[in-house]
Amino acid sequence: MGQNTVKGTDATFVELIGSAMPTLVDFWAEWCGPCKMMDGPLEEIAGDRSGQLQIVKLNVDENPSTAMQFGVMSIPTMIIFQAGEEKKRLVGARSKAQLEAEIASFVS
Amino acid sequence: MAEKVLIVGSGPAGLTAAIYAARADLDPLMIEGMERGGQLMLTTEVENYPGFPEGIMGPELMDGMRKQAERFGTRIVSSDVTKVDFTERPFKVWVGDALYESETVVISTGASARWLGIPGESRLRGYGVSACATCDGFFFRDREIAIVGGGDSAMEEAIFLTKFASKVTILHRRDEFRASKIMAQRAIDHPKIEVLWNTTIEEVLGDDLVTGLRVKNVLTGDKSVLPVEGFFLAIGHDPNTKIFQDQLELDSSGYITTGAGSTRTSVEGVFAAGDVVDHYYQQAVTAAGMGCQAAIDVEHWLDRTET
Repeated sequence: MGQNTVKGTDATFVELIGSAMPTLVDFWAEWCGPCKMMDGPLEEIAGDRSGQLQIVKLNVDENPSTAMQFGVMSIPTMIIFQAGEEKKRLVGARSKAQLEAEIASFVS
Repeated sequence: MAEKVLIVGSGPAGLTAAIYAARADLDPLMIEGMERGGQLMLTTEVENYPGFPEGIMGPELMDGMRKQAERFGTRIVSSDVTKVDFTERPFKVWVGDALYESETVVISTGASARWLGIPGESRLRGYGVSACATCDGFFFRDREIAIVGGGDSAMEEAIFLTKFASKVTILHRRDEFRASKIMAQRAIDHPKIEVLWNTTIEEVLGDDLVTGLRVKNVLTGDKSVLPVEGFFLAIGHDPNTKIFQDQLELDSSGYITTGAGSTRTSVEGVFAAGDVVDHYYQQAVTAAGMGCQAAIDVEHWLDRTET
C-alpha cells in the first residue's frame, strides 16, 4: 500500500466514507491487471490533493461484503463519496489526467 | 533533438523491442499507453511462455519485462498516443499536446477485445457486461451468466467462469466451435456449462444491472429472453490501428502490413510488431520475437541511413 492512500476494510468503511473530506474509494484486487495501472495515478493524486481528497483502497478479495453492498461488478471501480453518500462512480482504468478531470468538481 | 527510436505500446512486442534497443544503446523512449502491459495484464496463469516451468501470472510476466526494459535505460511515458505524422522524418508522435520526434518508430499497440455493438452493451459495461472474465468473474459467485464466442479463449473463459457462476451458457452463432477439439470438448462436457448453438444476441437487457439477453435462433428465427446477471464477451480482437489508418498501409481487417520476413511497414523507418501485425499466431512469445526483430531492423536501418 502506498504512503498517501488509506487501506479500507469492511469494518472501517462506513467511518472512512463519512469523512468531512470527499473520499474516493478504489475497489481492487491482486489478480486484476487493470487495477494495478491505477496504483501510480491514485498515489500521486492522493499526494497532490492531500487535505482536499481522501483516497481509500479496498481489496475486494479481503472485503467482499462492502464490494457486494455497493454492487461492484467490475474492477477497478472507483466511487466518490461525500459525507457518506455516493456521488460518482467510475468503472474501468483511466489516466491520471482523466481521473483529475473526474474529481475536479469535488476538490475545489 | 529527435529520439533514435520511439516505441508505441508496452505488451511483449514493445517491451522486447525496448530491451533490445536499449541494450544496443539506442536509448529508446516508450509510450506505454493506458492499457499498460497489454492483454497479458488481463490473464491469469500463462503456462506456455518458455522459461517458466511452473507457469507465471500474466501481470507478473509483464512487470518483469517492464523492469528489464527499464534496467537498460528505457524511458517510459504512461499515456496513449493521440496522433502521428509519418509523412516526413523525424516522425512526429503526439500525446495530447506533447510532441515527440523520432528517427524511427516501432508500433506495437496490439489488439483489444471486440464488442458486439448491440443495444445495452456499452451502457451496461461494468454493470454485468464484461470483456474480461479474469477481472470480473469473481463478482458473479452463484449467479447465472452467459458468454459469447466460439474460439479457444471463449472456452477457456467459460471454464474459468464456472469457478464462480452457478451456470454458464455459451452462446454461439454457428453449430460448431472453431476452438480446438480438446478445449471445445472440455467446455461441452462441463456440468455447469450449457451451449446454445445457432444463437445471436440482439440486446443486453437491464436498467441499472444486466437482467438478461434478447437472443435469436438463426435457424428458426425464434426470439427469446435468456435471464442472466452477467454477460461476457470473448469474440476475438481488433488491432489498435485507428490512429495509423491514414499513415500506414493496413490490410482489410485493419492490421498493419509488413514486408515478408521483416517488421518494415509501408513507411521507411516505421516498424511494427506483435498482435497489431499478426492476426494468426497472437501469442506472447511470437509477439516478443517480433519485438526483437523490430529492434534489430531499427538498428540496421539507422546504421544504413546514418552513413
